[in-house]
Amino acid sequence: MGFSMLAPEYRVDRDKDRCIDCKVCVTQCPYDVHYFDEEEEKVFAREENCVNCHRCVVLCPTRALIIRKYPLEFRENSAWKDIDIRQLQKQAETGGILLSGMGNPKPLPVFWDKILLNASQVTNPSIDPLREPMELKTFLGRKPERLEIGCDGSLKTKISPQLELSAPVMFSAMSFGSISLNACRVLAEAAEQLGIYYNTGEGGLHQSLFKFADHTVVQVASGRFGVNSEYLKIGAGIEIKIGQGAKPGIGGHLPGEKVREEVAATRMIPLGTDAISPAPHHDIYSIEDLRQLIFALKEASDYEKPVSVKIAAVHNVAAIASGIARAGADIITIDGFRGGTGAAPTRIRDNVGIPIEFAISAVDNRLKEEGIRNQVSVVAAGSIRNSADIVKAVALGADAVYIGTAALLAMGCHLCRKCYMGKCSWGIATQQPHLVKRLNPEIGRERLVNLITGWKHEIKEILGGMGINAIDSLRGNRHMLRGVDLSSRELDILGIKAAGE
Amino acid sequence: MKVLDAHKLSYRELNDIIKEEAPREKEIKIKNLRGQRYIGGTLKEGCTLYLDGIPGNDLASFMNGAHIVVSGNAQDGVGNTMNKGEIVIHGHAGDIMGYAMRGGEIYVKTDVGYRVGIHMKEFGEQIPMLIIGGSAGNFLGEYMAGGVIIVLGIGDSPEESIGNFCGTGMHGGRIYIRGEVPAFKFGKEVKEAAMEEEDYRLLKDKIKKYCKYFDYPMKKINLEDFHKYVPIGSRPYGNLYAY
Ligand code: SF4
Ligand code: SF4
Repeated sequence: MGFSMLAPEYRVDRDKDRCIDCKVCVTQCPYDVHYFDEEEEKVFAREENCVNCHRCVVLCPTRALIIRKYPLEFRENSAWKDIDIRQLQKQAETGGILLSGMGNPKPLPVFWDKILLNASQVTNPSIDPLREPMELKTFLGRKPERLEIGCDGSLKTKISPQLELSAPVMFSAMSFGSISLNACRVLAEAAEQLGIYYNTGEGGLHQSLFKFADHTVVQVASGRFGVNSEYLKIGAGIEIKIGQGAKPGIGGHLPGEKVREEVAATRMIPLGTDAISPAPHHDIYSIEDLRQLIFALKEASDYEKPVSVKIAAVHNVAAIASGIARAGADIITIDGFRGGTGAAPTRIRDNVGIPIEFAISAVDNRLKEEGIRNQVSVVAAGSIRNSADIVKAVALGADAVYIGTAALLAMGCHLCRKCYMGKCSWGIATQQPHLVKRLNPEIGRERLVNLITGWKHEIKEILGGMGINAIDSLRGNRHMLRGVDLSSRELDILGIKAAGE
Repeated sequence: MKVLDAHKLSYRELNDIIKEEAPREKEIKIKNLRGQRYIGGTLKEGCTLYLDGIPGNDLASFMNGAHIVVSGNAQDGVGNTMNKGEIVIHGHAGDIMGYAMRGGEIYVKTDVGYRVGIHMKEFGEQIPMLIIGGSAGNFLGEYMAGGVIIVLGIGDSPEESIGNFCGTGMHGGRIYIRGEVPAFKFGKEVKEAAMEEEDYRLLKDKIKKYCKYFDYPMKKINLEDFHKYVPIGSRPYGNLYAY
């Protein structure tokens, strides 16, 4: 591209008194911002390339660097905001589809923040989780209509396969290809240590991660990358990916830059080609066809694994979820419109789908109305940021949640949202060997385990405060929720009362 | 040879029996198939299934080395994500045959439906192959990332031997078609490439097998008539985005 009419987005301030020209920033910045001028014997910056990933700032030994928003605003205009002008100019320069990484950053309401939790006072006293048992164990899968117990007290009903989680949280689908092998390893090891599961995403399972298979949900998407009978038999569960919250209705392209040797081998595609997952599975055009694939996978895994179907939260999510349950899925995963991604067309990410909070309650209601809620577990995803969000999701009706962005943040992601460039300076969303090395899997695992351990304590604390001693008693218990700053229509859909009611 | 009667068996019952018998039987004949799905799914090498009647959708899905001979026609989804093995169909097959196929070979005596060979893959030694005696429907080899498709077009004019949009989104693999096919039948990601020594060797080998399986005179097929189609580039959508 030739001349750009845009000023840089960020300004790189280098404190001359502090800078010792050590060139750490030059080697650390994957975006070619810092460079050393041999003649001047000084480090300079090409500010227009900076994506504000913080890498150089954090690693500069003398704290000489500050990255700021470039102090040049466009003339005020409520209709044409800076971002609108910038995006338009970029398209005028390239003629391309705008790409984005991570979830929708637009200032749309975050409904988690408009929902408040209850606590006991005087009656139904609260429970102190430090001294009393508190159960977070969660089972995902089809539950029987009724239990039959034999005269000797043994269980006679055959229970469908279940995923057993030590807490209602799992790591979302992120493929090897979109993230590095080290990042996949962190997810796998942390899942194992925590007694939960991670999801392979659609890129297959690298040989070196087979040993974590008992804590792995293997995904089958339209591109069917890395899917074979071993893959289906080895995982603890299988997930059919229909849609993703960040890009409902469209497929994925893993750019050729990220398809290096190991990724190509795992996906079984030529080196350096784009890995294309079209929007539809071309063997699924109806709920009946979905049933065919669900049962193809069950046949292939001898009916020993729960099968999940993942969809994006879209307008008629409740009806779709009902169809999925009736098609024979054991788990429905719903990804809200803030769900993250390695790459999505910006316009799709920012404008398509609905908030996960509404989707959970709509689906939970519908399945209950139809009397089939027990047939499936509901897993919610898309911008779960902390333990309180998890508690609210469960109270709205989810069985568990998936976290993706939160897990990457724990590993060191700084949410620069340039994952699609394949140059992630924190070694997460990249395949370049010198960058991949930046993520130390041991440290990553420890940080992720720390995060979930902290969250588990917090969830117990919140439950205890409500006088509840098992997460199961909270599921769909919307009495524990109140809304603030919500219209009565919104309260109705969420199935919760207003604060004070 | 073990003989099973599929009459009145559900697919699950039938497949359970096949899964149990296959490791110890070299050959199993299954009579009276009535559209049961997933026959031969995930089966490993060492066993050949002879199928009489109509096998249902997703025949040999995720199959991993077994051989299957179908005496008549097959339905949709034959060889879905198949990894290894061989299927010989003495009739026609439906849509999306060979979806995301990763290895092995499928021979079809006559025609196949839409979107056959979609997403076929390939890596190293593992090269999946489809050999189609008659014609193929629209979107043959869509999004193909690897593997080989051969269309003999027996009984059809070259133009009729494939549908429209052949090779749309193709970024790997090769398609061989007998006779001159007009350019409009292909997706815009496909180009014709010159036939080389290696191509003739491959064609000869596979067509010989076709002729043997279906008792067709090899001399009726002139290898010189074949055209080869490959992707224009490995990144059909590389320039679509503004980075
Ligand atoms: S892109 Fe990251 S490493 Fe490079 S200058 Fe900007 S903040 Fe520093
Ligand atoms: S994963 Fe890497 S590239 Fe993506 S937002 Fe986080 S730091 Fe940026």
